[in-house]
Parts: sequence; C-alpha cells; structure tokens
Amino acid sequence: MVTENFLNLPQTTTAEAAVEPARDATPESVIDVRELQAYYGENRALKDISLSLYSRRVSAIIGPSGCGKSTLVRCLNRMHEMSSGGHVKGEVLYQGENIYGAGVDPVELRSRIGMVFQKPNPFPKSIFENVAFGLKVNGISGNTSERVERSLRRAALWDEVKDRLKQSALQLSGGQQQRLCIARALAVEPEVILMDEPCSALDPMATLAVEELIRELSQEVTIIIVTHNMQQAARVSHHTAFLMMDQDKAGYLVEYGPTSEVFTNPKSEHTEAYITGRFS
Amino acid sequence: MVRTDFDRHLRMLQSDLLILGSMVEKAIAKSLDALKRRDAEGARQVIREDDFIDSKRYNLEEQCIELIATQQPMAGDLRSIITMLHIAVELERMGDYAEGIAKICLMMEGEPPLKPLIDLPRMSEMVTDMLRRSLDSLVHRDTVAALAVCNDDDDVDALYDQVYRELIFFMVQDTNSIQRATYLLWVAHDLERIADRATNIAERVIFMVTGKMTEINVSRY
Ligand SMILES: Nc1ncnc2c1ncn2[C@@H]1O[C@H](COP(=O)(O)OP(=O)(O)OP(=O)(O)O)[C@@H](O)[C@H]1O
Ligand SMILES: [Mg+2]
Repeated sequence: MVTENFLNLPQTTTAEAAVEPARDATPESVIDVRELQAYYGENRALKDISLSLYSRRVSAIIGPSGCGKSTLVRCLNRMHEMSSGGHVKGEVLYQGENIYGAGVDPVELRSRIGMVFQKPNPFPKSIFENVAFGLKVNGISGNTSERVERSLRRAALWDEVKDRLKQSALQLSGGQQQRLCIARALAVEPEVILMDEPCSALDPMATLAVEELIRELSQEVTIIIVTHNMQQAARVSHHTAFLMMDQDKAGYLVEYGPTSEVFTNPKSEHTEAYITGRFS
Repeated sequence: MVRTDFDRHLRMLQSDLLILGSMVEKAIAKSLDALKRRDAEGARQVIREDDFIDSKRYNLEEQCIELIATQQPMAGDLRSIITMLHIAVELERMGDYAEGIAKICLMMEGEPPLKPLIDLPRMSEMVTDMLRRSLDSLVHRDTVAALAVCNDDDDVDALYDQVYRELIFFMVQDTNSIQRATYLLWVAHDLERIADRATNIAERVIFMVTGKMTEINVSRY
C-alpha cells in the first residue's frame, strides 16, 4: 500500500519549487538611499528619506497621491533632474557608489537602472525595433535578434508576438504594450527596474499577467514598483515602503519593512489607517 | 476617509459573536443545572438547542468569508476578522461540551445520586466567568483582561485535580460508585476543556490587538 501522500495533496514538483527558491534571510542591498531630499525649485518634495532596497526582491512604494512616490523612484536613476528645477541633496548609493557623485554618467546609469512608466509608451515602430532600440542607444552590438527574443521571452510576450515582430507595436493591446515596454527595459540587461504604476492603465487580467511577470523577474532583477493598489503591493512585493506628506507637503518615509508585516501588523498607526482605507 | 459600511459589518459580526457567546454560556449553565436537579427534560433541551449554536457558528463563518472576499481587509481589520472566525469555532466547541454534559445527565437518569454536587457547579461558574471575561476583553480590546483569563486557567486545573481525587476516592471506597463517579469525571473534564477554550479566545484577542501569536498558558490537561 502506498502510504505517502495519503491525503492526495498535489505534490510540489522540483520545477515548481524552483519558481520561488528559498531566499537568503538577510538580503543584500543594491540601492541605499541616505538622507535624500528632493526639490522642484524651492519646493521640497521629499525629506530625509533613508532606506535600503534589496537585491533581487520586489519593493513596493505606497502612499497617498502627491506624497512623492514618483519623485522618489525618479531620484533612483537620476531622472528627477530632468524635471525643471529638479535637484537633490543627500545620497543614493548604487552598489556602494553615490550616483550623484562626480563622474557618473546618467545614461550609463539608466541602462543599469531601467524604468517602466505608468502608460505603456511604445514607439510607433515595429515590435522588434521597440525592443532593439535600447540596444542601439547603449551601443550594444552582437546578435540583436537573439537579444530581442530573449527579452520578449523574459517579458512573457514572445509566444504572443513571435509571428508578427515586424508589425507596429501600437497594434498590441494595452497589456501587451506594457509587457513590450518591460521587454524593452530588459533588453539592456539592467540590474534594477523602476516601475511607476505600471498597471494603472491595464485591465485586471493584463494586470495579473504583469504581476506574475514581476514576481518571475525578481529572481534575476531588482524591482521597485510604485502602486496605488494596495492589494497589488501586497501580492507582488517582498518589502513595502509607506510614504506620507508632512505639513509642508514634503514626503517622508513612515514605515518600511517586510510586506507580510506591513500588511498584517504595521508598526505605525498612519500606515494602519492608510492600508485599511481609513486615511484622513 | 471612513469606511462606514465595512465598519458596520464588523460591528454586526462582533455583536453576532457575542450572541453566540451568550447562547453557549446559557447552554453550559443549563447543562449543569440539569445535572444538579437531575432534570432530563432540561438536558434534552440543551441537546436540542445545540443545533442553534452550530448554525450560528456557520453563519458567522460565512459572514467572515464574505467580508474577506468582498472588502479585502488588511492589517488590524484582517486580524479582527480572523480572530472572530477563530472565536466562533471555539465557542461552538464549548457548546459541544455543554451538550456532552447534558448527554451524561441522561445517562445518569435513574441512578441514585453519588453525592450532592458542589465542586462541579463551582467549576462551571469559574469557566462561564472566564468565557464572559474573554469576550469582554474582545469588546474592549483589553490585553490585560485577556491575560488574566489565561492565568485563571490554573485555578480551574487545580479544582479539576481536586474533583478528580475525590471521585477516585469514591470509586476506591465503593465499587458500586464507579459508573457514576466516571460520569462525573467526564463532566469535570468537559468543564476543564471549556476553560481551556476560553483561554484560546483570550489568546486570540491578544493576537488581534498586538499582532503577536503566543500561547500564554499551556494547560496541564
Ligand atoms: N515636474 C514637477 N514640477 C513641480 N512640482 C512637481 C513636479 N512633479 C511633481 N511635483 C510635486 O512634487 C510632489 C510629489 O509628486 P509626485 O509626483 O512624486 O507624487 P506621487 O506620490 O507620485 O503622486 P501620485 O500618486 O499622484 O502619482 C507633489 O507635491 C507634486 O505637486
Ligand atoms: Mg506618481
């Protein structure tokens, strides 16, 4: 008589187990934000932000509208300085080195810390060219088709587009376009991808597809995602940061910790009020 | 922002839970009363009414599941709902012990009384008091009161010990008493289990308030 699995529970296969490998208890930080202040001209949008973002983990940034979430992620790859009057004080260390230090090439930096935006923004070009674009910009040569295929596969889009790579990217659905933008970001093999509300323009099914993708990618890439959807933050992230505005409308970090703790037993009453929908 | 509708549902859930609590409290008291007065009809009533307790528990469970599915509760809200779900189950099991006592009552029908019952009614008062206070600690989100309930379990255990020794003494003295003494021992055991479940409720309340899952008082039985 077979006694094992007598409850007839589905067995975890090795392939399944490989999807979420046991992670080391103390993750290594890849980005360390130290006493960061971000300004738009005179106005301070972020104050005294210090936090470490962990390698090959998903970190979610949540908080009410206008608290500086977008500003924060844009500070992480120096896109903030592209807004008028945008400047910072403090440090953002990427692998131990201050990205605001002299001699850092922002374009090079952005190839290592890529970004995906709220609205899918493919170029009015073919699917193939959209993905190949980043390679060109960054002067990456070699087998482009191979790289494009690899990126599309990693973005879980390959099977849907492999027969029509020459078609315009604008013919794809919103969800497909967003995965294409993720493929485009992946093409240059970044170590970190910043995502600012990547699902807000997508329907629920496309949203779930992108969330699956984020979890999958987090085995190789560090992902930092801004989201207004608390359930989404709870589903996809390993760590969650909650930002709020002070009286001067400057965003500050209220709480940052493992997602499971933030959503079951937050330390701050402000976090509690926000995630239970009783924020005033 | 306020969540009027959700908060109303949470309050309803809690008041339904308190109703279940008082149904169980009454069942325990009635079963002991039936035992004391050798009242078979009273015992049968406890057994019949256990069905109401069961269906109230299922109704509470359904409410909890529906709130989780429709409101996506987080943090303190989530802990409250999960806590009430657990408490509903604990209460229903306590009701089963009361039903068990009522059944023993029927088994003892026609047998001469072994002795006047003093300690068992006392034990019953202690456990219903623990039950009441565990639910009060829920209502007031009071961890100190919850902890006190957990600590009272030791007193019930001590009384159980005493009843046990006394009943063994009866059995040793007079083999004719073995049957009846065994029945009464079962009653004492059921009451001891009820106290244990009251401490489970109190532990859940502490979890709900603090987010920490701990076993406060490991019962000796
Ligand atoms: N280009 C800009 N110029 C001037 N001020 C800006 C600019 N962009 C944002 N701000 C201000 O900085 C603050 C933070 O804005 P940010 O866009 O980072 O917030 P957010 O948390 O991303 O909000 P939302 O959830 O609505 O996207 C706000 O007060 C906003 O008005
Ligand atoms: Mg934003």
